Amino acid sequence: MRLFGLNCRIVAAILGSQYAHMLEYRAEIALWSLSGVLPLIMLSVWSSSGIRTTLDMNDVALDRYFLSAFLVRQFSVVWVVYAFEEDVLLGRLSPYLLQPLHPLWRYVAAHLSEQFTRLPFAAAIAALFLLIQPKVLWLPGPGTLLLAWLATWMAFAIAFLLQSLIAALCFWSEKASALERLLFIPFVFLSGLLTPLTAFPPAMQAVARWTPFPYLIDFPARVLAQRPVDWMAGFCAQLIWITLLLPLALCLWRAGVRRYSAMGA
Amino acid sequence: MRRYWQTLICFWGTALAMQAEYQVNLLIELVAIALSLGGSLFTLSLFFGPGYSLGGWNWSEALVVQGFYTTLDGIANAWLRPNLGSIVTYVREGTLDFVLLKPVDSQLWLSLRLMALSGFPEIALGLLLVGWGGLQSGAEASVQELLTVVLMLLSGTTILYSIWFLVAATSIWFVKMWNATEVLRTLLASGRYPISAYPVSLRLLFTFVLPVAFLTTVPAEVLLGRVVATPMLLLSLALACIFFLSTRAFWLFALRHYTSASS
Repeated sequence: MRLFGLNCRIVAAILGSQYAHMLEYRAEIALWSLSGVLPLIMLSVWSSSGIRTTLDMNDVALDRYFLSAFLVRQFSVVWVVYAFEEDVLLGRLSPYLLQPLHPLWRYVAAHLSEQFTRLPFAAAIAALFLLIQPKVLWLPGPGTLLLAWLATWMAFAIAFLLQSLIAALCFWSEKASALERLLFIPFVFLSGLLTPLTAFPPAMQAVARWTPFPYLIDFPARVLAQRPVDWMAGFCAQLIWITLLLPLALCLWRAGVRRYSAMGA
Repeated sequence: MRRYWQTLICFWGTALAMQAEYQVNLLIELVAIALSLGGSLFTLSLFFGPGYSLGGWNWSEALVVQGFYTTLDGIANAWLRPNLGSIVTYVREGTLDFVLLKPVDSQLWLSLRLMALSGFPEIALGLLLVGWGGLQSGAEASVQELLTVVLMLLSGTTILYSIWFLVAATSIWFVKMWNATEVLRTLLASGRYPISAYPVSLRLLFTFVLPVAFLTTVPAEVLLGRVVATPMLLLSLALACIFFLSTRAFWLFALRHYTSASS
């Protein structure tokens, strides 16, 4: 039986092959995880600044928030637009389209296996941080852990769908990845990667909550760091964004494939 | 020397012609620069409030640091990112052979072949920000001091270039090093705040190991008259010389280990 074009054997096969591929380039993935230390650098600026006292978090809570933000970011990084653009330009997409499986599944599998390869490196960086700051260590209960895992996974889904939208534009323009910058910049500033969202002025906070970005980092990080958070509203917002983006991405994709005429044709 | 100038002008002419083909992309870049500067200023403003400062710097002084960072980022976007980013591709695809065969110094070709137009508005915006912040904080810079600042900016660019090239050159051994330069960018992003905003351990790291301090904070301090200019300038120039010479030596060493793609 097939569900969304997938069955157990197909899932095992693409995940296995993608994981083997990612392991081959593990040195590069180690550098990827290292390049995610931006929240930890921002943490050091925040914790030595005077204005920290006006935040809703004390020292330890701030450390936990930024460490959680680092971890959430590690497991919700999305790069589908770059991989897809290269596949379109080099004509590798044509054989994928012939297979009885939606090509997006292949990219989903690549991302999941990349996250799995990244796990030990991210854990090592987090462990190093905890070694320097042992009093930050906290053990979330299994319930919290499950919720945080779910929130991170939903964040990954939103980010993936957003980027697939741009990736589908590759069918029309050969340099669609330039558009990705326009998505990435508001993401960096509004997601809570550089500052906890509660540090924003109230008006700015209200604006940010209408964008998908706070649900990509701030919300899952708060769940993981066990900050008081309205998790019902958070999960609802995440679900709404997914149900909004999924049909949009699929429609744009279908229209694009109809237009697609392979490179050189 | 004249031949090199002519080649450079020729290089950049073709690079510009190539970018003129993607006009929409240029527009996107402009929007991205505006958004990114707006976001940085917004984030910076969060650290200030009545009675608060960032590591002993007030708002307009911190703007000078942000301005120097934006300028350097513009320089990086105009030359370093397009050129040094493609070294990895040359090594992986074996096209580095063609570069080595050309009658131009290979390091010069690899470092200056391309130029991205989108870096220039960023450089201009950064310099404007430096001027605005300097005026607001009442800096009275003489011609001599301005000259010192320009020289420091140049030596800062040299340091940045040398570190970047050094990392990109290691792709001769590791082949797939695309993301190494991204790590560098994250660390350099720490230059947008004055170095005194960091805890002591990171301050040491950013001064002696990865001299981010000399890229943004020290030029700002000179412009604002917070430090004695001459020793800082000499230190900065010395660092630039050391970094550049080591990069040059490293490149010559790396070339001896280069074995082309198929051999």
